Amino acid sequence: MLDDFFSRALIAGIGLALVTGPAGCFVVWRRLAYFGETIAHSALLGVALAILLDIDLLFGIFACAFAVVLLMYHLERRDTLPADTILGLLCHGSLAVGLVMLAFFPNVRINLHGLLFGDILGVSPVDLLVVWVGGAVALGVLWWIWRPLLAATVNVDLAAVAGMRPDRTRLVFGFLVAAVIAVAIKIVGVLLIVAMLVIPAATVRRFSASPEKMAVAATAVGVASVVGGLFASAEFDTPSGPSIVVAALAMFSVTRFVRPNRA
Amino acid sequence: MASPASRPMTADDRSARDPGFLVRARDMGVRRGERWIVRHVDLDVVRGQMVCIIGANGAGKTTCMKAALGLIEISEGSIDRVQSLEVGYVPQRLPFSPTLPLSVRRLMTLTRGFAASEIDAALAAVGLERLGDPPLTTLSGGELQRLLLARALVHRPDLLVLDEPDQGVDLAGAELLFRLVEKIRGDLGCGVLLVSHNLRKAVDIFDDIVVLVPHEHDKRLSDIEERLKASRRNNVALE
Repeated sequence: MLDDFFSRALIAGIGLALVTGPAGCFVVWRRLAYFGETIAHSALLGVALAILLDIDLLFGIFACAFAVVLLMYHLERRDTLPADTILGLLCHGSLAVGLVMLAFFPNVRINLHGLLFGDILGVSPVDLLVVWVGGAVALGVLWWIWRPLLAATVNVDLAAVAGMRPDRTRLVFGFLVAAVIAVAIKIVGVLLIVAMLVIPAATVRRFSASPEKMAVAATAVGVASVVGGLFASAEFDTPSGPSIVVAALAMFSVTRFVRPNRA
Repeated sequence: MASPASRPMTADDRSARDPGFLVRARDMGVRRGERWIVRHVDLDVVRGQMVCIIGANGAGKTTCMKAALGLIEISEGSIDRVQSLEVGYVPQRLPFSPTLPLSVRRLMTLTRGFAASEIDAALAAVGLERLGDPPLTTLSGGELQRLLLARALVHRPDLLVLDEPDQGVDLAGAELLFRLVEKIRGDLGCGVLLVSHNLRKAVDIFDDIVVLVPHEHDKRLSDIEERLKASRRNNVALE
C-alpha cells in the first residue's frame, strides 16, 4: 500500500491532521495564528540556510523555526514592541532574507511551488515516518503539558500560583507548533499550513462543551478535510494542498447553518 | 532546608516550618526601568487574619500583591513565604478568549483534579450550588466572581488572595462578598490578603491594612516641606 503515492498522501495527511487538531485549538485559544504564519514563512530562510550549509532541508527548516520561537520569546518579554509588530518583522523579514539568499544559488534548483503550496503527492516513505513519529512525539508532549497550558491560557497568574511554570509551558508549546509546522510544510506548504491549524478548531467551536471535546472534534474535522480534499483533488485534478484547505473551509461554511445544541 | 523525615522533629524544625506568618515582606520594592511601582512595603499575613492592601489607582496595589505571591520579581527588600504554601488566588477578571469552551465545573479542575463532592462543597460555600454546569460566558459578573472564589476554595488554601473583588460589583454585591470572605476565613482558618480601594469597608473588617501611597506623593510631600521651610526662611528674612 505504501508503494502507491495516493495512499502515502492519505496516510501522511491523516497523521498531520491528528496533531493539527488539538494543537490548532490552542493556536485559536491563544490567538497564535500570526505566530504560526511567522514560523511557516521562516521556513524559506531555513531552506536557504540548509542549502548554504549543505545540510538536510528539513533540518534547516527546524533550526530556523526554533530560532524564531526563541527570538520571539525573548523579544516579547522585553515588551518594547507589540507582539504582532515583532511577528510582522520576523515573518516577512525571514521570508525576504530567505528569498534573497536563494538568489545567490542560481545553480540550485528548489521546488519553490512545492514549498509554498505543499507536495503531498510527493511524500516518500521516509517522509511518512517523519510525520508519524514526529506526530506521536508532538501529541505526547501536548498530553504532558495539557493542563498547565490550558491553565495558562485561561489566566497566567492562576497557573503560576498553582506552582505551574507558564513561561516554560509557553516556550514548550512554541517549539511544538514550530515542529508541527516544519513537518507539515511538505504536506500543505508554507502558505496553507496555518489553515490546517485554525479552520478545524474554528469549525467545531460552536459545538464543543469542553476544551477536550473541542480538540477531539477539531481532529475529526481535520482528518475529514484531508480525506475529502485528497479524493476531490484526484477526481477533479486540482492541486492537493489547496484542495484539503478548501474541504476544511467547506465544512466550516456548511456547519455555520447547523444550530448547535448548546450555546 | 527541610529536615530528613527519619529524625525526630525538634523545636527548631517546627519553628522553621511554622514561622508564625504565611507571607512576610520587609522593605519590599518593585522597579520598572527608572520608576518605582511600589517601595518600602512591610507586610505580614498570619493564619486566621485578614489583611487589606489599600491605595488609589496606580499606587501599585496589584503589583504589591503579585510580588507577595512571587508572581513578579522584587527589586529590593525581602519576601518570605511558608514552605509549600497553598494559595487560593481569585483574579479580578478572567479575560480569556471566548473561543475556549469552559464550563463552570471544568473551571474548578483547571489546575488540579478534584472529586465531584469537593467541587459541590466549594460551589455550595459561595451559594452557587444550584448553578449547574453552564458555559462561563453565560454567567453574570457577580456569579463569575463567586465562582472564582469557589475555584480558590476547592484547593483548601492556607492563604486566600483576592484582587479587587469589589471592582465591578454593586454595593450590595460587594457587601455580600466581603461577608462571604470573612465566613470562609472563619471556616478554613486561612489567612486572607485582599486588594481593595474601599477604605471604609476595610476599616470595618480587616485585622491589618497596608496603605500604599503613590510614589509621586512622597516627592510632592517633600516638595511641600521644602517649600514650607524655604518660605519660613523667607519670612524670617523679611521680618
